[in-house]
Amino acid sequence: MKTASPYRDLGRSGSIKVHVRFDGAALMLPEGENLAGALLVAGILPFRHIPVSGAPRGPFCMMGACYDCFVQLDGTVKQACMLRVVAGMDIAMPPAGQARDA
Amino acid sequence: MHDADLIVIGAGPAGMAAARRAAECGLAVLLLDEQPAPGGQIYRDVERASPLRGDILGADFTDGLAPTKGIERAGITHLRGAVLWQIENGHRVDFSQGGVAAMAVGRHILLATGALERPMPLPGWTLPGVMTAGAAQILLKQSGIVCSNAVLIGLGPLLYLVAAQMVRAGTPPKALVETQTACNLAHAMRHLGGALRGWRYLIKGLRLLWELRCVGVARYAGATKIAIDGDISAQAVTFQCGAQRHRTPCETVLMHHGVVPNTRAALSVNIPHVWDAGQQCFAPQVDEWGRTKLQGISIAGDGAGIGGAKAAICAGELAALAAACDMGKLSEEARDSAARPVRRRLRY
Repeated sequence: MKTASPYRDLGRSGSIKVHVRFDGAALMLPEGENLAGALLVAGILPFRHIPVSGAPRGPFCMMGACYDCFVQLDGTVKQACMLRVVAGMDIAMPPAGQARDA
Repeated sequence: MHDADLIVIGAGPAGMAAARRAAECGLAVLLLDEQPAPGGQIYRDVERASPLRGDILGADFTDGLAPTKGIERAGITHLRGAVLWQIENGHRVDFSQGGVAAMAVGRHILLATGALERPMPLPGWTLPGVMTAGAAQILLKQSGIVCSNAVLIGLGPLLYLVAAQMVRAGTPPKALVETQTACNLAHAMRHLGGALRGWRYLIKGLRLLWELRCVGVARYAGATKIAIDGDISAQAVTFQCGAQRHRTPCETVLMHHGVVPNTRAALSVNIPHVWDAGQQCFAPQVDEWGRTKLQGISIAGDGAGIGGAKAAICAGELAALAAACDMGKLSEEARDSAARPVRRRLRY
């Protein structure tokens, strides 16, 4: 996880910021904005590690096609790029699985 | 269970235009779309984003306001966040919305599933910090987020558009690493004559290149042996131009090699596809109304072959007119006379 993000918010959203958690860390994200984008600006990267090799992954297509931006929300793995920020979201990295062979 | 005359899959330019035209003809339309807001990828979240960032995104984006307004009318049920997962027996559509499975039956189905970026695998492409150029556009359009210290890799007009928008947003890319050679460019030019409003696109492209030149963005043409370095995220792009090896440090990488039709839904129901050598992709076989070999299923927009948003709007309208005619809401004469001005627009 990085702190200084290369993804910069132009500051033109006008949304109010709400409390969200990612892997236990408290974040303030703009309400109603795309969740994947908001997490990137907050310095969250990678979003997950793939089950097979444990390699890190983050958003790639931003349109629901590639599934690289998976996060865990309410016990279910979901595409972050297809969700909007809602106050109180408790997000986590999906379980990476057992196999770490690459 | 939903019931409709016409089920439209996708609320991009083609789907929105088709839904509006069909509703005007008296059809009950069910419009399913994966996104929370209409517009597709080209006009993503245009209603919210236009007043905030229209200046950076330009008129080609804010033009999307009119078609999104057009679907707010009687006769159209627009389901947001609805993800299609199956088409059965040619007329039943299974989808999920908010994690709940649902079903719809329609007399006719129109696939308006748009385009996907052509995958461009190269060493390091799965590293966090690497995205498609289209993804960067979506971040900018929908959320006002820019990628800083970026290297852009690939070819095509979208690469230049993204670079120019990054310049306008105050975060110019560090470099454009172009896989295109002068020879490729000459080849592409040969297709311009037949392309819709080819010369206007050419002028737009030259203007974008000029914007990049003014701020001194480095451009490398004919790059080969491209790789992205980094352990846990992208740190540099390495490549070769002629005999010279280059290494450009960066924090983000945006890749683009053009777009291809999103044919997943069409292939899932065995609609015949053919290889399009000009566009280097598979495309479904459709007639001049977007009709496929499958009775009751048609395709409009980039999903039937890449033509861009303006052509997609025309194709959506034509498919809606044909469906209305097939259902007896329009005579063939009325269909043809309504189609004439649409086909004229398609030619310009």
